[in-house]
Amino acid sequence: METNQPSKTLTLEADTAPIIEPGHTFGSVTDKISSVVLARKTPRGWYVGFGIGFVLVMVLAQTLANLLFVGTGTWGVTNPVGWGFDIINFVWWIGIGHAGTLISAILLLLRQEWRTSINRFAEAMTLFAVACAAMYPLFHTGRPWLAIYWLFPYPNTMGIWPQFRSPLIWDVFAVSTYGTVSLLFWFVGLIPDLATLRDRTRKRIPRFLYGMLAMGWRGSARHWNRYETAYLLLAGLSTPLVLSVHTIVSLDFAVGIIPGWHATIFPPYFVAGAIYAGFAMVLILAIPIRAFYGLEDFITMRHLENMAKIILVTGLIVAYGYMMEAFFGWYSANPYESYMILNRMKGPYAWMYWALLFCNAVTPQVFWFKSMRTSITALFTVSVIVSIGMWFERFIIVVTSLHRDFLPSSWGMYYPTRWDFGMFLGTIGLFVSLLFLFLRFLPMISIFEMRTILPQAEVKETGSPH
Amino acid sequence: MTTGNGQLDLPYLRAKLTDRRGQLYWRSLEELAETDAFQEFLYREFPQQSDRWTDPIGRRRFLHLMGASLALAGLAGCTKQPAEPIMPYVNAPEEIIPGKPLFFATAALLSGVAEGVLVENHMGRPTKVEGNPEHPASLGATDVFAQASILTLYDPDRSQTITQFGEIRSWSAFLSEMREAVQRFKQNKGSGLRILTETVTSPTLASQLKKLLSDYPSAKWHQYEPVGRDPARAGARLAFGTDVAARYHLEKANVVLSLDADFLSTGPGKLRYVRDFTARRKVHQSQREMNRLYVLESTPSNTGAMADHRLPLKASEVEGFALALAAELGIAWRVEIPAKLPGSTWVGPLARDLKRHPAATIVIPGEHQPPLVHALAHAMNHTLGNVGSTVIYTEPVEANPVDQFESLRELVREMQSGSVETLLIFGGNPVFAAPVDIPFADALAKVKQRVYLGLYNDETSELCHWHIPEAHSLESWTDARAYDGTVTILQPLIAPLYGGKTAHELMAALTDQSEQSSYEGVRQYWSSQFTRIPVMVSGARSSSAVCQKASGDFEEFWRKSLHDGFVANSALPAKPVALTAQPAVLRTDATTPGLELIFRPDPHVYDGQFANNGWLQELPKPHTRLTWDNAALISPATAERMGMTNEELVELRFQGRRVEAPAWILPGHPDDSVTIHLGYGRRRTGRVGMGAGFNAYAVRTSGAAWFGSGLSLSKTGRRSRLACTQHHHSMEGRHPVRAGTLEDYHRHPDFVREMGEEPPKDLSLYPERKYKGNAWGMVIDLSSCTGCNACTIACQAENNIAVVGREQVIIGREMHWIRVDRYYAGGLENPATYHQPIPCMQCENAPCEVVCPVNATAHSQEGLNDMVYNRCVGTRYCANNCPYKVRRFNFLLYSDWETPSLKLGRNPDVTVRSRGVMEKCTYCVQRINAVKIEAEREGREIRDGEIATACEAVCPAEAITFGNINDPNSRVAQLKANKLNYGLLSELQTRPRTTYLAALKNPNPEMKTS
Repeated sequence: METNQPSKTLTLEADTAPIIEPGHTFGSVTDKISSVVLARKTPRGWYVGFGIGFVLVMVLAQTLANLLFVGTGTWGVTNPVGWGFDIINFVWWIGIGHAGTLISAILLLLRQEWRTSINRFAEAMTLFAVACAAMYPLFHTGRPWLAIYWLFPYPNTMGIWPQFRSPLIWDVFAVSTYGTVSLLFWFVGLIPDLATLRDRTRKRIPRFLYGMLAMGWRGSARHWNRYETAYLLLAGLSTPLVLSVHTIVSLDFAVGIIPGWHATIFPPYFVAGAIYAGFAMVLILAIPIRAFYGLEDFITMRHLENMAKIILVTGLIVAYGYMMEAFFGWYSANPYESYMILNRMKGPYAWMYWALLFCNAVTPQVFWFKSMRTSITALFTVSVIVSIGMWFERFIIVVTSLHRDFLPSSWGMYYPTRWDFGMFLGTIGLFVSLLFLFLRFLPMISIFEMRTILPQAEVKETGSPH
Repeated sequence: MTTGNGQLDLPYLRAKLTDRRGQLYWRSLEELAETDAFQEFLYREFPQQSDRWTDPIGRRRFLHLMGASLALAGLAGCTKQPAEPIMPYVNAPEEIIPGKPLFFATAALLSGVAEGVLVENHMGRPTKVEGNPEHPASLGATDVFAQASILTLYDPDRSQTITQFGEIRSWSAFLSEMREAVQRFKQNKGSGLRILTETVTSPTLASQLKKLLSDYPSAKWHQYEPVGRDPARAGARLAFGTDVAARYHLEKANVVLSLDADFLSTGPGKLRYVRDFTARRKVHQSQREMNRLYVLESTPSNTGAMADHRLPLKASEVEGFALALAAELGIAWRVEIPAKLPGSTWVGPLARDLKRHPAATIVIPGEHQPPLVHALAHAMNHTLGNVGSTVIYTEPVEANPVDQFESLRELVREMQSGSVETLLIFGGNPVFAAPVDIPFADALAKVKQRVYLGLYNDETSELCHWHIPEAHSLESWTDARAYDGTVTILQPLIAPLYGGKTAHELMAALTDQSEQSSYEGVRQYWSSQFTRIPVMVSGARSSSAVCQKASGDFEEFWRKSLHDGFVANSALPAKPVALTAQPAVLRTDATTPGLELIFRPDPHVYDGQFANNGWLQELPKPHTRLTWDNAALISPATAERMGMTNEELVELRFQGRRVEAPAWILPGHPDDSVTIHLGYGRRRTGRVGMGAGFNAYAVRTSGAAWFGSGLSLSKTGRRSRLACTQHHHSMEGRHPVRAGTLEDYHRHPDFVREMGEEPPKDLSLYPERKYKGNAWGMVIDLSSCTGCNACTIACQAENNIAVVGREQVIIGREMHWIRVDRYYAGGLENPATYHQPIPCMQCENAPCEVVCPVNATAHSQEGLNDMVYNRCVGTRYCANNCPYKVRRFNFLLYSDWETPSLKLGRNPDVTVRSRGVMEKCTYCVQRINAVKIEAEREGREIRDGEIATACEAVCPAEAITFGNINDPNSRVAQLKANKLNYGLLSELQTRPRTTYLAALKNPNPEMKTS
């Protein structure tokens, strides 16, 4: 087949785990993955997980209703801290969304085959995280009913355009582009598998629905040709987005003049942080899912270890960022900058700063050891710690910079309210619910791509994997 | 065409179609048939509804309903003009143009004393109080109370009906009861009739009272005011043997000494004193020297913050210091200096400095200090040659000066004995504010007939049979004297909103002319006085053409007095006084060890009368920056010794009584004393004031009305949250306030500029913005600002700024567009205090503008950062990025969109903001545009000073100057050229349009160390 399939370079070193356990055939791969979706009985655990998510979605609904009817004042934001949980969580969720695109696009272009078994749900995770993230910029405004369209440049009778110099406008473009491309990428990747499900399901309604979504996929050579071209193009499109989205999110801060925000290091530091947080979240999801659905053969220790390595590398970049922030504070000899970093270290939120350093700079260092990289417990624990640490990081950046800026007279404190927590829990619930729906109704691992990495695929060079 | 029964006539249609030549398009058979129904359909697009409009009967009904719903939609349709003719200040009344305000001169009253004001009136609704530039006590400025009086006027919680035993009654029912009483008084000469007023300066009311007392010789008139001038009165008697009032000419004084006097922020003459005092502190081309102020004080005040040398002393120690200083100055009396003298290092240098400036110094005694301090101050002024130059003595401005505590005590004694049958209480709130050792409330129960005229349903109205709603001073015809005796005839700006009555009407009810209105009463008094006015005036300035003319025509006099806002030449003339021989006791026995308790009127709630005023409640108090509460103020060292922290509830036990109060540590407070403010802890008032603070009257006795020893403090272990707007007191090594001494300035005038960094202007990649025409700018002089907060509240009144409430202030969401920051420098015991008003800086490179995603804050061609409320979606990015943190966000629906009476008081030129919108100082863009339109209409340039922002207009210190910086001759441009001028945080390249003149102090070189 004349495709741009990554060449099959399965030259595994002796001590490295394989990316797919031996003994699988095309059929067994298809059976194993599609059975999760096509199983007659939904496992009880699924109901429990989805139930928890759904309850939290109801919390979200109540929080939003209260927000819309009463106002932004239900949150803890105030003067001088105009942004709180809203922007912290926005950045946190967007960061989590990064791993998906990175795995799908960059690793695809870099021909990292091990990405295959994790890319599908990493992409799904991206989409859901972006959905959660996108709620914040909208609902954090004082008048969301206007913000929802005034931020877009559309010709209007008032003759007013958005302020194109504002990073928030860049955000609108960056996040909506990212969301759109991620959705397309995910959906295009799903088409062959949707066709598989259409062919395999015995019930009428699912067959109809999967059939609609498969868009008439028949697996012909022409289909595959176009598919591969489209997928590669989308990968090419997504690649800069991995860098751009968080760069632009970081500009929300870096363009401001507040000490602690106004820093040139922010774009790379934010991108690294996003990948860092994203991979931690992939691990947090992959480890239980693979155990629950018995997918250890497909998501092997090799995958987990590779992700641990990425966490280690990006963790070091992030730690460098922290170091530089402190260095600039001292080296700039700017009283506001140096006060900012001293305030982080010794001010009222110091505990969080030190906790953040522990979580993000110290904890991932355990991954220098292979024993840790291959220990499920260590991987899971470190990932959870990193996720918390990255949340702290956003809190430190948003809140401690704002709460004590230039004029001591206007200094204040920020205390989140229960509605702040409500919305955070609510978006977690939305994320969990969407994830469980995805696990139940769509193949969480790309079936056809898994088949291409079977040794058999290597032999039949011209055979369509279908 | 249809057949008779409405059926289509098909043969006819067929024929019609065949007759046609050419193509005929038809839509339906009905059209073809040209039925009436179709014709109507063509004619009217919505046939059913349009009936309403064309049908004359339906249309009327429609208009009826529309009209009714409009009227129901708001009381705005029901504004009432007072029935009697009142005089506009500038424009004739026939010039009423919708949308253009008229200004009327009247006065604001505090403790009965007038402060001349002009009130902006929009279509019959007073909306804003401005100072009267020609009134001697105002000179264009007002205090916070006058500004806030608009809100009290429209307060929906004011009492709205006459009640008897809590039930609604009519005025005529009250009159008929009074008529019976009058019959009784006529028989018994008024025995059993008592009248309790506050301090009365009103000539009309005084003459009415005097007439009543002459008609009913057995009746008595008592006066009580919790914040009176009893010690000053007694001090004058001690020094001169007669009661006189001292008036100061601070503009002539080179050295001023305050003996615990907060003359810049309390007392009836404060606005004038601030103007005269600060005029001598402005250093510029034509004035290179400053006056010098020494302040001894027992509680940190704005006057203390202005001082070049400040000495914190316990209130009781001031007397000893005054004795020592008097001896050093060599007064005629023999004095006994206490052995232990705090502040003794001050005496020598201070005396030398005072003597260096003969007849150009002032010693001002504190209103709350004992009579001896007043007497000594009078003697010192005498010795220093100040009398007749910087200090003049006049008759007191009160109509009938009495010792008010004594007056109240006597009344209560009679009430207890049962000899009082009818008690009329005119204003005030004596049940709440009486000293705790004078059981006024208990005694009141023994009075058979109790009538209370008051603004609110309060503690006093609760115990009175009749409660008559009082007309607000903006609703009343009355008159009053200013601090110097100048009379203002107050004219109402609006007919009483809630049917309030004035004291004059109540007085009339006690006579045979029970229907006399206050207008008639006031006018009658002045016409009877009219012929005597030139005589009265002749003592002061005899050659007044106005007087001569006025004596000719009463009508002209009346019109002119109303129009100007004061009766010309009615100031009290100087009265020659002579010091008495040696008074009996000239030694102090007040200094006792142990804790001392100090009472002060609250800076904003005063004696409690403003407790229901949200603007005043939410105005951060000077120094503490507390809102909505009073607190027990203690010094850092005392707090440390007692192990107390801020907001900790402490129990104050004072002379056998106790009260619980939250502690607040105040740097600069003298050790071993605690200051508490009166006026809080109201048990019965409107919704705003209920439950705020603790009641300091609960421990205030007539013996220790202002301070006393014998206080003990104990911790309760509980806390109470206080709403403070500024938590950081130090400048953290930064220089938001740049300060120096006059000597520094003369030696090295660039020192101010060198305290900061001014980046070059060509750093930007963007082309330089050009401002053609006007470029608005502001300069705030920190040497002049006393921190009185008038700018904040004037801005609130002008710009419809919402009150957010205690809980929201605790979170940090107060909405003030201009705030007054307070910084300390130096040690905790006696720090230098700086006040810095912060409005929007209107940056030329505004950090807020570039980050707004929807362009809701935009740069105007004249350099304003305009805020477009309609466009704002509320991302709060602008507020985050504002280095000055002057932007305010409507986190909730803070503006009251419901209460009809509050709608009346709003400035119609300023949008009332809704939820989710950012707001900030606009440099009063509505005022700028009003003047621009006026200038354009008259085809001329805008004159410098023609536009005054609300903060500039109200400032008694003239610390704020606004104008066009493109005009090199404007005041603002010249001030910006001053070496003292600096931009706040200008190192950020924001290029603020609001800049500051550094604070200069003028310390005595001899006393550098203190």
